[in-house]
Amino acid sequence: MWRVNGLALFAHQFRYDQKVFWRNPASVFFTVAFPVVLLLIFATVFGGQTVSVRGGIATDAYYVPAIITLAVISATMQSLAMSLVIAREDGRLKRGRGTPMPAWVFIAGRVGNSAIVALMMFALIAAIGRLLYGVAIPWGRLPEIVLVLVVGAAAFSCLGIALTAAIPSQDAAAPIVNALLLPLYFLSGVFIPDDQLPSGVIHFADAFPIRHFFEAFFDVYDPGSTGATLQWGDLAIVAIWGVLGLLLATRYFRWTPRGG
Amino acid sequence: MPDSVISIRGLRKSYGEFEAVRGIDLEVEKGEVFAFLGPNGAGKTTTVEILEGYRKRSAGEVRVLGEDPEHGDRGWRERIGIVLQSCRLDPYLTVRESLGLYAGYYSAPRPVDEVIELVGLGGKADDRTGGLSGGQQRRLDVGMALIGDPELLFLDEPTTGFDPSARRQAWEAIAGLRDLGKTVFLTTHYMDEAQRLADRVTIIARGEIVARGTPDDLGDRESLPTRISYRLDGEQVEAETTNPVADLHELTGRAVEQGLDLEGLEVTRPNLEDVYLSLTAEEAAE
Repeated sequence: MWRVNGLALFAHQFRYDQKVFWRNPASVFFTVAFPVVLLLIFATVFGGQTVSVRGGIATDAYYVPAIITLAVISATMQSLAMSLVIAREDGRLKRGRGTPMPAWVFIAGRVGNSAIVALMMFALIAAIGRLLYGVAIPWGRLPEIVLVLVVGAAAFSCLGIALTAAIPSQDAAAPIVNALLLPLYFLSGVFIPDDQLPSGVIHFADAFPIRHFFEAFFDVYDPGSTGATLQWGDLAIVAIWGVLGLLLATRYFRWTPRGG
Repeated sequence: MPDSVISIRGLRKSYGEFEAVRGIDLEVEKGEVFAFLGPNGAGKTTTVEILEGYRKRSAGEVRVLGEDPEHGDRGWRERIGIVLQSCRLDPYLTVRESLGLYAGYYSAPRPVDEVIELVGLGGKADDRTGGLSGGQQRRLDVGMALIGDPELLFLDEPTTGFDPSARRQAWEAIAGLRDLGKTVFLTTHYMDEAQRLADRVTIIARGEIVARGTPDDLGDRESLPTRISYRLDGEQVEAETTNPVADLHELTGRAVEQGLDLEGLEVTRPNLEDVYLSLTAEEAAE
């Protein structure tokens, strides 16, 4: 009776998710504008100095990959956790489950949307870094860069979907997400260069995926004078966190509102 | 039962120790508007969510369009439409886009513009849903449930919390469904809504069915007492009688004889609201 092709259904859902994302001022501000503003602030405040990591590199060259890391996590984990909780508590997820649309299409549409925005943010921050601060784009390592971005986007998307299970209401979404991510950005060296962080802090941050995603991305984006290459260990830890998120999400994700 | 769209036998649902639905039987026939009435917490929403496939039952037999809703597949979902009790719309989509999104989920949807006209949102087609009134949003909810051209429609308390004009608008949209030949399963706790819309009414209280019938003969309404009320010397007098013609004759006869003015004289038959209150109150008193 039904002959709706899965891929066509995904494309249909994705198209609407894109439309909704770009029309929502909050999502555009926090996901797109906020990382750009952060880069401009860090580059303005700390510009012209040197960070003694990777054999000593300019602060601008440090903050471009750092802010790309943040932008990817923001477009995936943060954006998915918030928008899914809002849709769940609105009853929109439940309504969708009452249609013939398979569950995976809905999730795939959202994750696809996040992944595209994440890749776009990479391009945007890289371009601003090149044009305003002369931070070279390493074209030669583009395949590794895309690999790290795709693994990171997938892992942090899974973590964002899993996190919705711990968020009881729309009002709690932003505080919970920020309380998790903001300290880890600081401790993982995204905001403060890691040469200024005590080693104990770094060890603590090493237990979480943000630090490893940042390291993996930094290695392929700008190895400095160390000649570092992609560290599979870092990428594997990010992937393991992603799988853990996926397992938690399949077990605990709910389509019906928790409140009322 | 070739014409049974919904068939329930001995349905039970427990949440821990609490039994929300305590063994109910129901049949809903093709093309009828069936109202499922009851106070809050009576088991209405639990029952409708079992029928919609959102909840698992504890015991009993349930068939919706010939299938067990717990195992309803995509083909089954194509044939039902659901209007949830409370569900917001995506505020960043227009009326047309909201319907277009849902149309894409079905293999043979109704044309979007046709549904927009059907629910009376022609002038609002390109407005964002965030700007619609409560009544207009509800009509769009109905439109989204209709877009797949379902045979059976579930409406769970479609007008709760509405102002009178919004209710009237929603009612018009629901009344239109009958003309389309849809079977409608309506839950409500408003008597006037059931009276206005339904072919048949079933009342549930404390998880059990306490009455069933058409809105006119429900709960043996014909045999319930008639109420006579008037004011005499500024005092309100109310009386109930099972023999209204004779009693009224005697009352007015005496009034004329003694030259009394029975201010605001009224004779009222019990309405569905009274029947409902007496049925659900009896149940509560047990």
